[in-house]
Amino acid sequence: MKQETTMGRNRTGVQMSPADASDMQQMAETLPADADAAEYGLASLRRPYIEESEGLGSVPLPGTLKGATSAVMEALSGDKAHVLIDKLGERLAFERGGVRLYESLLGKCEAAPQVLPEGALERLRHFRDEEAEHFAMVAEALRSIGADPTAQTPCADLVGVESMGLMQAMGDPRTNVLQSLHIVLDAELLDNAGWELLIGLAKAMGQDQMAQQFEQALEQEGEHLQQVRQWVEELTLKDVSVVRH
Amino acid sequence: MALNLFDTRGCPLDKQRFTWRDMVQKPISKLDDDAYTRVRIILLNGLEMEALRFSHACARMNRTLQPDLAQLRRVEQHQATTINWLIGADHSPLETTIAYEQVAIDITAAVAMREPDPYLAQVYRFGLLEDFDHMHRYSALLDRLEGKDANNILQSYTDILPGRPTVDEHRHPLDDLRAPYDRTTADPLSKMHALTIMAAEQQTHNYYMNIGPLFSDPVARQLYAEIASIEEQHVTQYESIIDPEESWLEKWLLHEANEVYNYHGAMAQETNPRIKALWERFLDYELGHLHHVIQLFEKIERRDAAEVLPRLLPDPIPIASQREFVRQTLAEEVDLRADGPDFVEKSLEPERTLQYRQQLNSEGSPSELVATGYRWTPGTELTARKAA
Repeated sequence: MKQETTMGRNRTGVQMSPADASDMQQMAETLPADADAAEYGLASLRRPYIEESEGLGSVPLPGTLKGATSAVMEALSGDKAHVLIDKLGERLAFERGGVRLYESLLGKCEAAPQVLPEGALERLRHFRDEEAEHFAMVAEALRSIGADPTAQTPCADLVGVESMGLMQAMGDPRTNVLQSLHIVLDAELLDNAGWELLIGLAKAMGQDQMAQQFEQALEQEGEHLQQVRQWVEELTLKDVSVVRH
Repeated sequence: MALNLFDTRGCPLDKQRFTWRDMVQKPISKLDDDAYTRVRIILLNGLEMEALRFSHACARMNRTLQPDLAQLRRVEQHQATTINWLIGADHSPLETTIAYEQVAIDITAAVAMREPDPYLAQVYRFGLLEDFDHMHRYSALLDRLEGKDANNILQSYTDILPGRPTVDEHRHPLDDLRAPYDRTTADPLSKMHALTIMAAEQQTHNYYMNIGPLFSDPVARQLYAEIASIEEQHVTQYESIIDPEESWLEKWLLHEANEVYNYHGAMAQETNPRIKALWERFLDYELGHLHHVIQLFEKIERRDAAEVLPRLLPDPIPIASQREFVRQTLAEEVDLRADGPDFVEKSLEPERTLQYRQQLNSEGSPSELVATGYRWTPGTELTARKAA
């Protein structure tokens, strides 16, 4: 696969057809323009839908007797438990998707082993395994409070939709190693912020042991982020040097 | 060079084979390939989808034809897959929509310019100005929803301007029915044109019906709902210009000839060598289908296929910018409306359509709202806002 992005016959811009584009623009300029109309007009259509909305769905009730009566559930007063379950569901979904994202990235890197420094593949496999461990850790946390780790909570659904672009970009065989690392960089930035928030929430809800476990996951995610960011920077600068020489 | 339909027998059916790897090839480049390569892909996929739909309808009404229909249909299925999968996944559904409207505008314009029957030419010009307006509305949506410039897809070949306002395109169903050509006297080119545009519009209708619900934003969901309704009207219009007196086998023969015609045109005009080779391969397949159906036709109907098909194919539909023709049509015919099969001045529109439209638009018009104050600007309207 071609790893370098080069100058070529990109046809998308108006500079590729200056006469036609100028002709188009002259005709378009005969129309009145009000770009601000978009903001107000579109908002007026969206507003009633927003007001009528009933949200994405609900957080599932603990399905087991143990869950419903567990000390943890009792400690978390009824109207707060759902917040923790929803955010745990979110992290679980993101980590599970993260494993698949790394697997797809590994496929790209294995097809072009010369792009990354020695040992990088091994390190990426290690990151993939840690994502899987985090998924298992969150699943266990959900079980420990009697919640169902197989359910899709609203925030899990949310990050699923958010991540669609990441998956789509990673799955495209035409995105090279550097571009694929950029996708993982985006995912890791989100993931780190997600863990920080979850730890804060667990602490606020008196789940110190859970928070302590999650601190370990955050530390590992920090390493993923730092490493991936470094590779993205190095390869980008290398790209620049290729162009320059 | 004109293709002789009877002398070129094409690839035999039992040699028309595929594998999954063969069907799922490398897509075209959204950035580097010519916009008309994408237009040809969409058009040819539309023809294959029509081949499938026709074949199923025919099978439901003709038990004796089912074995032959099933065999040819399987090949058409795999041809459609090979073609449609050439669209890269970096096209958002809305960007692909822009490309669909480019097909609707530039192919319909080319057909309208060459159509020998003046009434049918008028039908195409009428439909053209409506699809032209859809381009304007969808470009506004692309800019205002995704922050993208539709001209990245159009590559300056096709104008982005209002046409006959989409809000005014909603008509009573009886005002979408036109008069058919006469199968015994119509020019073969007229038959190719009608099948081609009907197929393209049917595909567009299906596409909008499938992708409309993929959008989360109510503005997009409403706009796709509205324009899909017009595309349904267009399918109604274009299928009504085809003579319903043609027998099932005659229609099948014409479908196969039309696929030959369009693959031949695509092959002759294609700029991407890999895609050109694909058009050549499928042209060969379609000639094989045509000769299979010619044999059936002559055996079952005991008629000479030359009564129905021309010996030499007409010149291909040019796939190119038709800017001047579209602008001229816009200037002269934007205020035309329909009264049954006839085209009339705006003031003479039937009451049934006025009432239908008024009711449908009574809670607001998404196509009007999305394009309020919209003017195409290179690099999106935010470029103009920054400069202001």
